[in-house]
This record gives sequence, C-alpha cells and structure tokens, in this order.
Amino acid sequence: MAASKNIVTSFQRRGPRVGGADTGGSRLVSIAGTRPSVRNGQLLVSTGLPALDQLLGGGLAVGTVLLIEEDKYNTYSPMLFNYFLAEGIINGHTLLVASAKENPADILQKLPAPLLDDNCKKEFNEDVGSHETSESDIKMKIAWRYQLLPKMKAGPVSSSRFGHYYDVSKRIPQELIEASKWHGFFLPEKMSPAIKEEACSMINGYKKLLHFIQNVIYEEGFDGSNPQTKQRNILRIGIQSLGSPLWGDDICCTENCKSSHCLMKFLYVLRGLLRTSLSVCIITVPTHLLQNKANVARMTNLSDVVVGLESFIGSERETNPLYKDYHGLMHIRQIPRLNNLICDISDVKDLAFKLKRKLFTIERLHLPPDLSDTVSRSSKQDLAESAKLLGPGCGMMAGGKKHLDF
Amino acid sequence: MLAAPARPDWLPSADFARASFSRALELCCSSASVVSSTSPSGPGPLFPDLRMFPELNNLLNTAPDKAEQGRLTLLCDARTDGSFLVHHFLSFYLRANCKVCFVALIQSFSHYNIVAQKLGVSLTAARDRGQLVFLEGLKSSVEVFFQTPEEPHPLQFLREAKAGNLQPLYEFVRTALTPGDDGEAAWRCPVLLVDDLSVLLSLGLGAVAVLDWMQYCRATVCCQLKGNIVALVHDREDTEDEENDILLNGLSHQSHLILRTEGLATGFCRDVHGQLQIRWRQPTTQRDRSLTYQYKIQDKNVSFFAKGLAPAVL
Repeated sequence: MAASKNIVTSFQRRGPRVGGADTGGSRLVSIAGTRPSVRNGQLLVSTGLPALDQLLGGGLAVGTVLLIEEDKYNTYSPMLFNYFLAEGIINGHTLLVASAKENPADILQKLPAPLLDDNCKKEFNEDVGSHETSESDIKMKIAWRYQLLPKMKAGPVSSSRFGHYYDVSKRIPQELIEASKWHGFFLPEKMSPAIKEEACSMINGYKKLLHFIQNVIYEEGFDGSNPQTKQRNILRIGIQSLGSPLWGDDICCTENCKSSHCLMKFLYVLRGLLRTSLSVCIITVPTHLLQNKANVARMTNLSDVVVGLESFIGSERETNPLYKDYHGLMHIRQIPRLNNLICDISDVKDLAFKLKRKLFTIERLHLPPDLSDTVSRSSKQDLAESAKLLGPGCGMMAGGKKHLDF
Repeated sequence: MLAAPARPDWLPSADFARASFSRALELCCSSASVVSSTSPSGPGPLFPDLRMFPELNNLLNTAPDKAEQGRLTLLCDARTDGSFLVHHFLSFYLRANCKVCFVALIQSFSHYNIVAQKLGVSLTAARDRGQLVFLEGLKSSVEVFFQTPEEPHPLQFLREAKAGNLQPLYEFVRTALTPGDDGEAAWRCPVLLVDDLSVLLSLGLGAVAVLDWMQYCRATVCCQLKGNIVALVHDREDTEDEENDILLNGLSHQSHLILRTEGLATGFCRDVHGQLQIRWRQPTTQRDRSLTYQYKIQDKNVSFFAKGLAPAVL
C-alpha cells in the first residue's frame, strides 16, 4: 500500500498541523459520532450503551476490537451487538455485518429503536419506581456520606451527541435503515459450493471474510487510500459468533484442535487492518464452547477490549436471593493501554446487568438488604458462599485470590 | 523458591525496611538526578531530560553508559500487563546508543512512539538515523496476507498452513543488526527486543520452533555480535497452555536476568499495581539472587517501593 505514509488514523498524535501536507489531520474531530479521549486524544466511538462507554473510559477507541464473550444461551450478547450497530446507524457510520447463521438484512431489521430526548424521560420513568427518580435530586439526609459516591449512569441524562439510548421493545424505523450504508457478509452465500478446497493457511470462511473487509476498507477509502475530499467516516464491523462451528472451525468441537491458530491468525490480521484504517469492530465469540481454555487466553491477548457476559439462566444463581434483581454478571476482562502506560480502569469490579422492559442496564452489583424477620445463621452463610463465587477482579490489573477481591 | 530479599549494595544504612522508607523520602525531597515520582499526585518531571524509569535502573544496577553485553533478559508477566518493561528497555537502549532491532508483534508503531516520547526518546528520529529497525507486526501481516511477496517476508509463516520455522524472521534480524561495511556510525552494541513471543505461539508456530529461533538469535546477537536480547513472554500457568509453558521454561533456563511481574496476592489495589520480581541467574552453582518490589504505574514513570511500603498506604 503506497499510501501508508499518508494514513491518518486515530493512533497518531493529533498535534496542531500547520502545513497542509497531511489532509484530515485536524478534521478528525469533525467525524460524526466520535469524540477525542480526554486522556490521550484517542478518537472514541460509542458502543451504544453509555454505561459501557463509561466503564471503558469514555468509549471504544477507533482501530480496536471489542470482543464479547457470549453468555451461555446467547440471550444477552446479541443485545450488545445490536446496540453497537444501531449506534452506527444513528451516527451515520457505515456498517459491515458478518454472520454465519443469520442474514445481515434480518439482523438490521431487528435493531432497537432510538429513544429521542423529548419522550425518553417519560419512557424511562415507566420502568423505574418513582422513588428512584427523585434519588438524584434530593440530597441525602441520613446516609449523607454516600452522597459523594460515584453514581453509575442508568438513564438518559441529556441529549448528548455521543451515545444514545435505545428502546428494545421497538424496532428501528425502516427509513433509518434505508438511509444508512451497510455491507453484509452472510457466509452460506459467499461460500462457493465447490467440493475441492485447497489446503490453505486459514479456514476458507475466515479468509473470505478478511478479503471482504479489506475490500470494503480499500474501496470506500477508510484507510486513506482514496484521496477524495469527501467527509471521513467510520466503518463499524460486527461479526457474530466467530469461532462457532458454522464458520467451519472446529475450535469449539475438539480439545486438541489442529487448526486453532486459524482463528488467531484471523484476529491478528483483522487487528492489523483496523489499526491502519478508521474502523472499529465488535466480535462475539462463544467462549463457553471452547474446549481448550488456553485459546481463550490467546484470544484475549490478541484483542483490545474484552467483556464477558455471564447470565444466570439455568444456573443455581437464578434463584439465589443475592442476585434477584439482576439477570447476569458482566466481567470486564481487559482494557487496552493505548498510547499510554496506564489505562482507564474503573474501580467498580462487580458489575451486573439486567434487561428491563425497554432498556438494558449495567449497574454496580448491590447486595439486597437483609430484611427478613428471622435472620437465621444458615441464610447468612448462603449469602457469604455466593459472595465468594463472584468472579475475580479484572485480570488486567491483578489476579489474586478470588475471594479477597473487593 | 524465593530467596529472602537481599539487602541491595547501594544502600548505606543497616535496616533494609527502614532504608527503603528513607530512600522513598530521599527521593521525594532530593534534587538529585531522580525525579520525585513517588507522590501520588504525580507532578511533571522536574528535569526534562529524564528518560526510561530511573528507579528501575537503580534496582537493576545499570545505567545507559554502562550497559552490559551478551545478556538475555526475559520479561514475564502473569495475569497482569508487563508491557511497561518493554517501553523501559526500548528507551534505555536507545539512550545507551545501541542499535536496536524491535520486533513489535502486538501493537502499532505509533503506540510505542507516543509512549517513548513521554519517556524522552523519539522513535521516528531513531529510525531515521538508522539506530532503530522496527518490524511492525500488525502492518506487515496485512501486507503478507493480502499480497504475495516475492522474497521471503519475515512473517512468512502467516501464509503457510503448517508453519515450520522462523528462518525468514531470523534472517531479518541478522541483516538488521550485523554492522555494515560502509563505515556507518558505530553504535555501542546491537540489541534485539521482542514484544511478545506468546503471539508467535498463538499464530501457529510450535514452542520448539520459537525456541530454535531464539537459539539462533542468541548465537548471533549475544555471542557473535556481543549484543543483548530482551524478550517478553506471558505466563499462562492457570490456563494450561502447554506450549507456552515449554517456551517459558526453556527461556528461563537460558536467560541471565528474569523480570517477572504479577498481580498482588491480595487482589486489586488502586495504588499498588503489582509486584516485580528481579532474578539474576548465576552461571555457577551459586544460588540466584532475587529481589521483589511493588510498583505503581503513572503517566510518565513507574515508581517502585519495597513490599508494603507504598507511600499511599503508609
């Protein structure tokens, strides 16, 4: 690529550019739906969930990969996937949706509708009890020391250009989909029905997907190769259930998989493509199906942001009184240190999510108050046992003995 | 396995713990060549020509003008991120006027450049004057994968179904570090820096292939050219990654200095980010010398202190 010298990606320092040699150097800020990070000037986009943006230090950096470890029955990870894509449509970004089991056109039809500011507060208050809405306004009289604790954003607060709220009970309006620009990669359509397949270094499905992505990036000029003066835009790539057997990969089927490196090579080359273009990618992987846990660690190493979802469906935690308000736990396994020695790690380690009627929220895990009349010893012990099972703290900073992480 | 922490030689006082605390105070108040980075608020450096991590230099008992030669240093991190050590060694050797070949497989050039500028070294300037040879893995992988290069590319194994060996990568390192005959500026000694080796295992190479490559590089860089090698390997003991364990054990056996970072045993702490164990391996049958410190990473520096004596918790 001859134009590699002129690529202006978010990873280069955004200093004041006096000369006009580098086009677009000062125009990075003007891309819709992005904002610079306060820490290092990195260009950030929203993931579609403002609470998740807050946990990731402001947003997802352009040029990085967000890896979602799917929950066991794949109930909640499609929601994060859909939020990401819906945010792209609202902001006018170009989308690239890749899936092996669902047609991208159908995926786009099922995106949630955005909540507009004038009726958002009304919608939000329907889900929450009235006592919670006045919490933030009234100064605490009794527990006044807790006034200063940081609150997690759980509802729409202002009409910010960055990060929107969505109503999952409604579909996105058809005209928004038609007005957006998107590319779809549906694996059964792209795979040729030829019987013979030459032995290559990578699984055919992955190879075709990489070529497809590289083609889109090159054709539409996301890597700066097209020196046109049209407005720069972000490419949002969404890949669903990567590594599942539908992609032709047997990493989920056998323990000693001979071709486990195909998925790793895919991630590596994909990250190379992302680093040299204005694109950001979300990948959901069914890590609970991976037989060899070493592969999960390798994938974590090869990705930038890794978030794991653990839902309570089907486990004994579903009936545990500790978790009665929530649907699952969210683990932030890795946050990258980009252009920096330190990273924006949040202090909140125990995060839980719940799907309300219209919103998907992420909150700090609160233990419910022990209001039972007869506080028996056995019930306290159950709660303590369950508290011990809370996942370890973020592996990014320190992994210690599990029950001591607080 | 861990020896009791030996008293470092440079401390004059008798009690080690007291000495560490007095050293922390001395660092806070002194106007010597060490900037006071132990205060949690982290002001900017008082002396703008500070580079790398001066406290780590003191702990390792080295300085840019007296860097040793012919050594293999192994950086190892367990359940935490030890990449700050890579940044340290990169700026250290560039400042020591060594010719550096950096095989950067996990991050892009601008990432290292921006961090190095915080530490006072410019990678673009070093590359332009020929002191730094930078192999950017992410960018080169795209070139290798989508185009067919004529001559063997250092990352040729990405195209092969059964990756055999790393010979093209070795040839790249050898040509980069062997001094040419055209009378160019004489650098002090060649240094090979690798970040990181566990990625090579993930991309399909076997542990034996990577160990062979390291052996070839050691023979050329350390023994023949009297240079140094610094390599980072992740320690994934708890995930039963056998190939990684083989690589880590093999390299630990061959290295002269092992720097191991790990998280605190008591869990996450905002003021103490982890623990660093420094181990000097003795060539004879003497017991290895080992020191353990805890550290906190700040914006432009990393501060080290004795265990349990972080200024924030005192």
